[in-house]
Amino acid sequence: MRSWKQPSSGSTFMPERFPKAQLELEDLAIHDGAPVLLRGALADLAPGNWLEVRGDSPQLVEELAAWCRKEGHHYLGIGTAPNTYRIERGAGPSPVLSTGGQVAESADPQWGLAPRGGKVEVGGPKFAFTLSQKRDIWAHELQSIYKQGVGNQWSAARDVPWDELPKLPDELEAAVCQVMTFLTENEFAALYVPARFIPRIHPHYREVVEVLAVQVVDEARHAEAFTRRAEAGGKGLGTTAVSGQVSLQTLIEEPDFTTATFLLCVMGEGTFLTLLKFLEEFAPEPVTANLARLAHRDEARHVAFGVEHVRYVLEREPERRSSLAAAVERRSRMLASISGLSPYVYDAMVILAGGGISPRQIQAGTRRVTALHREMDRTRRERLQSLGFDSDAARMLSAYHTKNFM
Amino acid sequence: MLTNRSNKQALRVGAVAYDPKVVTIWEGFLPYFEMRGAPIDYVLYSTYDAQVDALLAGEIDVAWNSPLAWVKSQIITHGNCRAIAMRDSDRDLTTKILVRKDSNILSLPDLTGKSIAVGASDSPQATLIPLLLVAEAGTIPGQDCNVLYHNVMVGKHGDHVGGERDAARALAAGKADAACVLDANYTVFINEGTLDPGTTRVLATTPPFDHCNFTVQAGLPEQRFGPFVEALLGMSFDDPAVRTLMELEGLKRWLLARTSGYAQLETAVERFHFYA
Repeated sequence: MRSWKQPSSGSTFMPERFPKAQLELEDLAIHDGAPVLLRGALADLAPGNWLEVRGDSPQLVEELAAWCRKEGHHYLGIGTAPNTYRIERGAGPSPVLSTGGQVAESADPQWGLAPRGGKVEVGGPKFAFTLSQKRDIWAHELQSIYKQGVGNQWSAARDVPWDELPKLPDELEAAVCQVMTFLTENEFAALYVPARFIPRIHPHYREVVEVLAVQVVDEARHAEAFTRRAEAGGKGLGTTAVSGQVSLQTLIEEPDFTTATFLLCVMGEGTFLTLLKFLEEFAPEPVTANLARLAHRDEARHVAFGVEHVRYVLEREPERRSSLAAAVERRSRMLASISGLSPYVYDAMVILAGGGISPRQIQAGTRRVTALHREMDRTRRERLQSLGFDSDAARMLSAYHTKNFM
Repeated sequence: MLTNRSNKQALRVGAVAYDPKVVTIWEGFLPYFEMRGAPIDYVLYSTYDAQVDALLAGEIDVAWNSPLAWVKSQIITHGNCRAIAMRDSDRDLTTKILVRKDSNILSLPDLTGKSIAVGASDSPQATLIPLLLVAEAGTIPGQDCNVLYHNVMVGKHGDHVGGERDAARALAAGKADAACVLDANYTVFINEGTLDPGTTRVLATTPPFDHCNFTVQAGLPEQRFGPFVEALLGMSFDDPAVRTLMELEGLKRWLLARTSGYAQLETAVERFHFYA
């Protein structure tokens, strides 16, 4: 249908302006598709050049001039050969920009929502993506983290053995429900933090958006699953303490992406990894143990993102180590009025870890929770040191974090 | 008046509110002109007649005129108005007189004794200019042939396409033997299904004519409207701040006005005693 003949040679004697290209439309009219071919042919011409169109549809001549006017081209009238028409290409359509195939250090607001590597028409709106510098958001290992995230999605309905949930003694069931309540609060915080940043990240850095989006989905699933466990035993949800809320509020209100990622993924979810291992080990039944195991697998991925992001940032701006440390300290100061983990949660953890409320069980549970705190501190320090904090700084920061789990 | 800016320097531009989008367009243009050092304010009228009165009374400096409003302003002032700018899309429009494909009407004189569907009585493109073509071919509209008007929003000079669409519908439904539609709307009516493809034939096409222009009174000093025209000419379709407004207004770029494209309408107005 479309032929790209150059006009015959001997151009020395051609008039100054001759058609640069020719287009065969056969019997197509404007209303049944000719613009698709016309636009293609005109796009290849420079403004001011001619296109000679040939077509048999009697309708074509009736519609062509109006179409050219609407598209910003000039209809020059009929050509010399039968059923031919001439069009001078106008200024439109708008030029297009390349969005660059490689991940750029800085993303142009004009690229907007265009996928990286594609082209984008000039003249679009400038989006207010405030996170548009690679150094502010990028992380190592993004692709493998995302691939694992997508590959390891699980379902609270399908992958948890709900029919194996036994009837637990009341005190133990209540303890499990209280811990589930606490976990759910924390999962919500872990959902809102990345969710707040996603719309601020320039889509040029789609890998970061994808990883955070999976993180949001993970946390939504965790919140659902933990709530479901609390409800499944008949006792229902426990109590949300002020101390937990104050701690989480400081987390979700952190305005800086790297600081928020450090606080959430490195410090908070890092600590949660130890907690979830603990719950898997001491869970009184397979449902809770399985939930803890599945959530742990997801959280490990979130921690990996946090660590790899912070590592990427610190490699380029090592001086940011002190501002991250300051953020942990600031958060700790804001929690000065609270004494740490609420008695609701602490007591429930002791009962859960001890397996009941006999004095012997309480004693065993208490020792285990104390050991848990020590283990949390150890893994936090280890993680901080892997990010280049010296051992004194790591010890201090880990201690500041003690009042928070997340 | 929709806005009441106190800036006395602002050029007052009148426009007719034939559609709610007119507010979007002009409200959107305000910051553009302000930024270009050519502040404007806009005043909306419900009819072109009211806008012409306002221009001649000095209530507005510039009128965004339909071709008929331009012709009327010229008649009243004995040629003492001046067209200063227009859209690229205002030039060289044509109107098609359509008949059904199987019609035995083969030339304009065959319209004698038939009925011809037109748009609003004050539409240059869908009524006055094509009826002139019919008259000049020897069939006097309303006398030798029946004219079916589709008076949607009279006073707005056919800017609202509704009357023209109704004319096309009348042809398709067999209520009229011919219908007058603007060339661009012919494709629109086929694409939207008002006219089935292949069911109509073009009986005649008017010579090209021009459409709207910005009109001022001839006495308005150039330094008063010059910055406005310069800002118009500098408006780019690639500028995100105005692109959507230009799309709404239906143009790719603004041009200096020419007045050579209004002869058919002037003749029609005279011949049909439109302002008699």
